[in-house]
Amino acid sequence: MSESNKDHHNSRRNFLIGGISSAAALAGCLDNNHSFKTDEPVQLTGEKVKLLSVDGDIIEIDRAFLKPVPDLPSLTNDEERKGIAGKKFVMVIDLARCKNLRKCQSACNHMHQIHPGQNWIKVLGMEDSIHSAPYWQPTTCMHCDEPPCVKVCPVDATFKRQDGIVLIDSDRCIGCRFCMAACPYSTRVFNWEEPQLEEKVAEQHYSCETSMPQKKGTVGKCDFCPDMSRKGELPHCVQACPNGVFMFGDLNEDSVTNGSETFRFSDLIKEKAGYRLMEDLGTKPSVYYLPPVNRNFPYESGLENQTKEL
Amino acid sequence: MNLVWKIKQRSCNKIKKYKVENNNPISRDRIINDLVPKQFGKRGMIWTSILILICLIGAYAYYRQLTKGLVVTNMRDYVSWGIYISNFVFFVAISLVGSLITAILRLADVHWSTPLTRIAEIIAVSAIVFASLIIIVDMGRPERFMNLFLHGRLQSPIIWDVTVITTYFFISLFLLYLPLLPDLKILIAHRKPSVNKFHKLYVFLGSFWKGHKEQFRLNDKSINILCVMIIPVAFCIHTVTSWLFATTYRPGWDSTNFGAYFISGAFLVGAGAVVVAMYVFRRYYKLEKYITEFHFEKMGKIVVMLGLLYLYFNINEYLIPAFKMKKAEEEHLRELFSGSYSIMFWFAIFVGMLIPIFILITKKGRKPLPMFIAGIMVVVGAWFKRYLIVTPTLLHPFLPMQNVPESYKHYFPSWEEWAIAMGSLAGALLVITFFVRILPIIPIYETIIEQNEESQKDIAV
Repeated sequence: MSESNKDHHNSRRNFLIGGISSAAALAGCLDNNHSFKTDEPVQLTGEKVKLLSVDGDIIEIDRAFLKPVPDLPSLTNDEERKGIAGKKFVMVIDLARCKNLRKCQSACNHMHQIHPGQNWIKVLGMEDSIHSAPYWQPTTCMHCDEPPCVKVCPVDATFKRQDGIVLIDSDRCIGCRFCMAACPYSTRVFNWEEPQLEEKVAEQHYSCETSMPQKKGTVGKCDFCPDMSRKGELPHCVQACPNGVFMFGDLNEDSVTNGSETFRFSDLIKEKAGYRLMEDLGTKPSVYYLPPVNRNFPYESGLENQTKEL
Repeated sequence: MNLVWKIKQRSCNKIKKYKVENNNPISRDRIINDLVPKQFGKRGMIWTSILILICLIGAYAYYRQLTKGLVVTNMRDYVSWGIYISNFVFFVAISLVGSLITAILRLADVHWSTPLTRIAEIIAVSAIVFASLIIIVDMGRPERFMNLFLHGRLQSPIIWDVTVITTYFFISLFLLYLPLLPDLKILIAHRKPSVNKFHKLYVFLGSFWKGHKEQFRLNDKSINILCVMIIPVAFCIHTVTSWLFATTYRPGWDSTNFGAYFISGAFLVGAGAVVVAMYVFRRYYKLEKYITEFHFEKMGKIVVMLGLLYLYFNINEYLIPAFKMKKAEEEHLRELFSGSYSIMFWFAIFVGMLIPIFILITKKGRKPLPMFIAGIMVVVGAWFKRYLIVTPTLLHPFLPMQNVPESYKHYFPSWEEWAIAMGSLAGALLVITFFVRILPIIPIYETIIEQNEESQKDIAV
């Protein structure tokens, strides 16, 4: 018994020694380039700062030892992949209010620094059949509940969160573009070359929630601006639209808002006969459309922006 | 059962009769001398240099793509898969022939295909290698390739493809290597200038092979097991490749016919490639005694059968949707039948299928030269067919193509894409060329055995 105890003790001690030495080795491997290095001479200021140590003690150190923390992510990749608890984001797009102003598009392009020529939001001139009236249809990512893109992604670079948002992790994407082939709404764009970013943005820490800074050789798309939702603000497109076309909200709260008006989601969809695009494909989009009836603007008023593009 | 046996007997007799008529048994030394790899002649050197040159241009184009990004291609957000992917499908298709000639015919107890097995197997191995390479070329982030293993998700058809292609590669490699072992022994013993510089390689690859009975028994058994294994794996690689398309909603891809359609097409193009290779090797290595007109006759019939099979699946694939003309399909089909892709479409149908069938269905058509031409037609037609499967579909999305630059609305490969695609084709041919230079393309040992059996039977008669 004592023999085995001794053995046990020995192995435990060996384990500890091994652990310490490997930790030392690991510490040796880490180079000293990180921002908290202390071996360079520090000019003491004499001014002391009180800090709480990791053990819960209050310690006093010289201010000279304090260094500004570089841009560190506020959320871990795991948290970004999980999403915001208790939310189920939903968007309603009222086609009766859209006159192809494309303020949504330019705001989105500016805020996400999208490559010139590419758009995450497209305002499509639609005509369903030969005698039906044409209308303008802003198209975002549908954030499907059965997302075909997520099904085909080989590396979990695009994923569905608990709050209903489909995001892309550009640090993981291998650029196979299977998701682009799979998406029936053609919503995805690809960074065919090095993105042209402002210096400030380029230095920023990458986050799946801001989708910034974008990376060469990876896929991008509308992300429903979850970073804005975390701040309690509406997505950029919703804020930018002067006609209140976009309404954004939470299905669990049953409310959507365009910033100036707020609606009960279920009533709005019922009263105005809301629908989703390509319902027959079974993708279950999170974006609903209200049909273009009793329009605020004639279709023709939007043609100017259409021809500008051409 | 009885009937099957009788038919087998009859066809065996036919083969014997044919061989006795045309070929007196060849002596062992003669066979070795004929089949041992030969130095490149002048034409061989020119051929190899051209291939290397094309490969180098492709490598330079890929270097440009690596530094600048996929922007050097003409792929854009709508046509996000282009010539690389169609080339990938082509390579996977052509590699299926290894399983057809080696495994299916072997398990069906067909013996005439013995001299063709190695041709088929080296085509399979080099094609599958370049299929893997071209798919890496298509990736926006090739340096993240390992993510497929670190973060792989089983529900993605790409992961299935990676799995089965890797498996197929190794089985094909073994099916190439194991039958080589007795030949390596012969090559090690045969110290002639043409193969002397590869002596070390032969020793490295095959010095453990002593030719014991037990070794033969194990080798035969392993080959048999691999032959059984490779058939389902071969069906998997191309079915899964078809699923890369069929698992999406796109018109032209959203089809339950796709697996069978791809596999039948693959067997056809592979058989066509073997016919071309047979002709070239026979002509330039003077192998008329080993690859006989009898082999062409047989392969011709196989190509006709496969061509008809592929035609059948094509009819299913195009005419059934064309009967209904659903809105999304309509645009796509019109573009193929009479629109901007119609010339290529009818070229692929006629040159890739119908004309070769008509050539090979006649007895005169199954002579080496017309078969070589038909083989080339099948292979070229098949290459364009793969292009037609991939690209036009992507130009017909469900929502209209708007709010994008004009260049996004059509696709023609850039010079970099052509250079890389042609470089990969040249690379596959280069692998085959070097293989033929280093190792015997017709199995020496098996030929000796067959000729011996032949002569012994003759003596007995």
